[in-house]
Amino acid sequence: MDQLPLLIAATLASGTPLALAGLGLLINEKAGVLNLGAEGMMLVAAIAGFAAAFTTGSDTLAFVAGAAAGGLLAAAFGALVIWLNTNQYATGLAVSLFGYGFSAFVGVGYVGQKLSERTPFEIPGLSQIPFIGPALFRHHPMVYIAIALIAAAVWFLYRSRAGLVLRAVGESPESAHALGYKVRWIRLMAVVAGGALCGMAGAFLSVVYAPLWVEGLVAGRGWIALALTTFATWRPVRVLLGAYLFGGVTMAQFALQGAGVNFSSQLLAMLPYIATIVVLAIISRNPTWIRINMPASLGKPFHPGT
Amino acid sequence: MLRLEARPQPSKLMSLLSPLLALVLTAILAALLFVALGKDPAKGLGIFFVEPLSNLRQFSEVLLKATPLITIALGLAVCYRSNVWNIGAEGQFLLGVLSGGGVALWLTTSGIVLPKIVAVPLVLAAGVLGGMAWASITAVLRDKFNASEILVSLMLVYVAQQLVNYMVFGPWKDPAGFNFPQTKNFDASTWLPNLLGGTRLHIGFLIALVLVGLTWVFMFRLFRGYQLQVGGLAPAAARYAGFSASTSLWTALLISGGLAGLAGGMEAIGSFKQITPHVSTGLGFTAIIVCFVGRLHPVGIIFAGLLLSMMIIGGELGQSRLGLPNALTGVFQGLLLVLLLACDTLIHYRVRVRSALAGAH
Amino acid sequence: MLRLELIGISKQYPSVRANDNVNLRVLPGEIHAVLGENGAGKSTMMKMIYGAVRPDEGEIRWNGEKVEIKNPQQARALGISMVFQHFSLFDTLTAAENVWLGLDKSMKLPEITQRITQVSKDYGLEVEPLRPVHSLSVGERQRVEIVRSLLTSPKLLILDEPTSVLTPQAVQKLFVTLRKLAADGCSILYISHKLDEIRALCHNCTVLRGGKVTGMVDPRTVDNAGLSRLMIGAEPPQLQHKQVKAGAVVMSVQGLSVPKLDQFGTTLSDIGFEVRAGEIVGVAGVSGNGQQELMAALSGEDPRGPEGSIKLFGKDIASHSPRRRRKEGLHFVPEERLGRGAVPVMSLAQNTLLTRTEAVSGSGWIRSTAVDLLAANLISRFNVKAGGTGAAAKSLSGGNLQKFIVGREIDANPKLLIVSQPTWGVDVGAAALIRGELLKLRDAGCALLIVSEELDELFEIADRLIVIAQGRMSPSIPTAEATIERIGEWMSGLWPQAGSLGAGSAAPAPATAQGVRHAQA
Repeated sequence: MDQLPLLIAATLASGTPLALAGLGLLINEKAGVLNLGAEGMMLVAAIAGFAAAFTTGSDTLAFVAGAAAGGLLAAAFGALVIWLNTNQYATGLAVSLFGYGFSAFVGVGYVGQKLSERTPFEIPGLSQIPFIGPALFRHHPMVYIAIALIAAAVWFLYRSRAGLVLRAVGESPESAHALGYKVRWIRLMAVVAGGALCGMAGAFLSVVYAPLWVEGLVAGRGWIALALTTFATWRPVRVLLGAYLFGGVTMAQFALQGAGVNFSSQLLAMLPYIATIVVLAIISRNPTWIRINMPASLGKPFHPGT
Repeated sequence: MLRLEARPQPSKLMSLLSPLLALVLTAILAALLFVALGKDPAKGLGIFFVEPLSNLRQFSEVLLKATPLITIALGLAVCYRSNVWNIGAEGQFLLGVLSGGGVALWLTTSGIVLPKIVAVPLVLAAGVLGGMAWASITAVLRDKFNASEILVSLMLVYVAQQLVNYMVFGPWKDPAGFNFPQTKNFDASTWLPNLLGGTRLHIGFLIALVLVGLTWVFMFRLFRGYQLQVGGLAPAAARYAGFSASTSLWTALLISGGLAGLAGGMEAIGSFKQITPHVSTGLGFTAIIVCFVGRLHPVGIIFAGLLLSMMIIGGELGQSRLGLPNALTGVFQGLLLVLLLACDTLIHYRVRVRSALAGAH
Repeated sequence: MLRLELIGISKQYPSVRANDNVNLRVLPGEIHAVLGENGAGKSTMMKMIYGAVRPDEGEIRWNGEKVEIKNPQQARALGISMVFQHFSLFDTLTAAENVWLGLDKSMKLPEITQRITQVSKDYGLEVEPLRPVHSLSVGERQRVEIVRSLLTSPKLLILDEPTSVLTPQAVQKLFVTLRKLAADGCSILYISHKLDEIRALCHNCTVLRGGKVTGMVDPRTVDNAGLSRLMIGAEPPQLQHKQVKAGAVVMSVQGLSVPKLDQFGTTLSDIGFEVRAGEIVGVAGVSGNGQQELMAALSGEDPRGPEGSIKLFGKDIASHSPRRRRKEGLHFVPEERLGRGAVPVMSLAQNTLLTRTEAVSGSGWIRSTAVDLLAANLISRFNVKAGGTGAAAKSLSGGNLQKFIVGREIDANPKLLIVSQPTWGVDVGAAALIRGELLKLRDAGCALLIVSEELDELFEIADRLIVIAQGRMSPSIPTAEATIERIGEWMSGLWPQAGSLGAGSAAPAPATAQGVRHAQA
């Protein structure tokens, strides 16, 4: 029972990269762009962040590097699918495959390296409260920043005119174009912002969560984040809750092992992925539910033509 | 200022040139990368693109590696043309390794020695069924639950990888193997017959070529193949015509799952000859690249399969001879696909130079 | 002084000169029609005025001064506003949010809502600002578009084919609004191909044909024949009408009720009607009243019809697939050509296989030579201008592709042919050919059901009329006994014994004494 606060803390930490990446993808999809390159962006950002942290010892720089790497790769992706109108699915896949190979290549020298020790972070006062303290208030700042970003996204999407424009573009780029909005630039900004968020998620994994670098560190979290946006019916708060849910499932395998459950570690390792499949099946069951909430132009190319 | 202008009809010429153009661009970027690594670009390009073809033994390795790539890519071509985005071929491949290899293992451990003409088809059939079964999970979830086949098939790859680990760390571990996670070596009676003496090349390559022909007939001469393609190009037209989307979905996934499983079975008794945690080398993902570079066309896939196999062999040579990291292969493959997609724009669009003033077009 | 003047405007596209040395002169407070058939260049001209496209040659003058309109925002800043034929609305947002997006000033949303209510009252355009657009009828959506334009205080309002989605009564209401606007000093550019409306509403008319201006006339002083001559160079083609000899009942629909698939659709309620051999039944109705759902139920694309609700020659086909219905003699031409009636990137030969599988053997083998031959026959028989049987469907013009698709179904010798919007977006020549072929088919004993939003077309070729409104079907009436006004009322759901219908439709205006009268052929 005294494991519970630690379990909660681990869940929050485990869910944070999913929340960040999920939010980034949500912004992409609200604008109508389906980004299958999230895994690749997270990988590239992970190695960029690790390298930055290793070289400079600064967490902040690591996250900046991660966001920049994710954003850059996203910009390339955006240029292809938005201006050259390449197939969104294939291009996203290509970016993920490229990101996997590129991160593995760049990371060759960093395998097995350790980052310098960091002082554990605590919110003064609050972290001393029994039970809740260790559970909620002893996290890396990024965990709290993630929550703040979700709140900011809610305000942006539903209370600001810019957010309204973004949603309009995602729903009908043709109508937005007819009204004179620069649909392609708006979509590009959404893609780059989403890529930067995925980048922060990747950096978090390699610099805070693991913290180390190996080939394929992200282990499919980019894909899980994609499932997450559907599961959350494209709402930021639900993305956060879903992320923590998945984080919890991921932690469950360790908790079960710790509790002495005699189950093969490999089978337990399947849990997050099977959970994703189950959740996807349940949520997709009702096509009407999806259609109401899904941005109507998601995945479709836009031609501002004659 | 450059501008893109839609062509009234897709350009068949660009359809063929685009992969070549992408390859040239990849080679240029590769050369730059070699320079950045402090290696001679000519040597680097030579290792990747010339060495693997330079003697019979290397070439046989290329054909050997191309076999599963071509086989899997054929199935993916059927899928992608139907707009069914099966990304989990790696998982279906692994299930083929498990089921085909499992039969071979059973024959080995139980001491049953069958003539090759019986054992090999048995193993390969098991491989096909294993791949199909894994793909069916994706099919039923998409058909009945409307779940995205991209995400489901991909999640199943991770599950399949853990499944392989589980089997070789657990029930299938060779008791005489010093506790290494691996199965017994399969008995020679289960191996794929050799094709070229002095090399590792087996008849799997011939099987792949036959499959190319069969896939071509299916796609372009059979009505079922036509239905799948209409469903991929214009789903509303397929509904209008009365083509069942559900049947098309299952057909596409069973074919691609079966072919990926077949490739797994072939690798199990042709290349690995046992099962270890290292059977998952990303062939299922490389096959996706082969599929696109090959224009989703059976004949194109042969050339693309050879090309990407060459890059893999080249990568291994590069590591041993020039000290280049093996991960470089992955970079080039990814680059090739990204550049291909960019060059493909030219199939549907012309590039026009437009003067900034409103004037004559 | 002229409000808007176009001098020598030209625009060249790769395959066509859309506008050739075009001139336009619009006075302040004038309702000016731009008349032309599909493809004449009207929309290109409007795009240049609206700022979506730049002219290659020529000059635009606004209130006497030369201007270059680089984008829609600039056009709006000048005071030019456009109401599109295909609305630029966002379904999931409210009417007020939609209007807000169409305005450049950074007003707050509550202020917008207030102004919407004000403008609605001033001009008789009822709009509920807080309702999401997807819950509005087509007529209501158009009002949101117009209100959006009016909030920019335009000096020039462009309306693109505004009446294609309105009942005749709603058209009259719109005219009242437009006349008030013009009286208040706003100029109006009215794009249409409907001669009667132009003659009833407009002060001036510029006629386009093939990208060139063929005349500028006061439509109040010219008759339909005169306008027609300017528009297409000749009198409207006359069709051969033989006496209808209706035979046995081919299709009988009874109690067809199908719930809508999602919030954006229309539920079909208790639809019933009959089609006999040798007759054409026309289905009139404003778009968005269930036509698409009805077509899907009849073609088999939606197999959810209750048992026994659709019978072909007495046999229940309600759950049959489209392929099975075709085998039984029911063929269908959908309103979407590219993407549904034909696969855009496939060749014409390949596109025949969608509905014609005579060349496919039992084992599934496709005999390509036979397929090619069929395509070649269709091309020559129906005068389709295409680059051969291998030409991609999307390389054909709208009219030629429609000829091909309609021809493909006619050539199958159907017992019942259902056609949805047979001549939408098709040039006059092709439209005449298609209508002629449909009449020929009917004379040969086939039963035809034609759904069209063009009342004129139905009055021209249908023997009997039925009207669909909000998912319900009116009783049938022989065309000879029907009038535009009566059908217009029925389009609002006001037919005898129907009872009152739910909210959401355009409220019908009392039929005016000077109702638009269509000269019967």
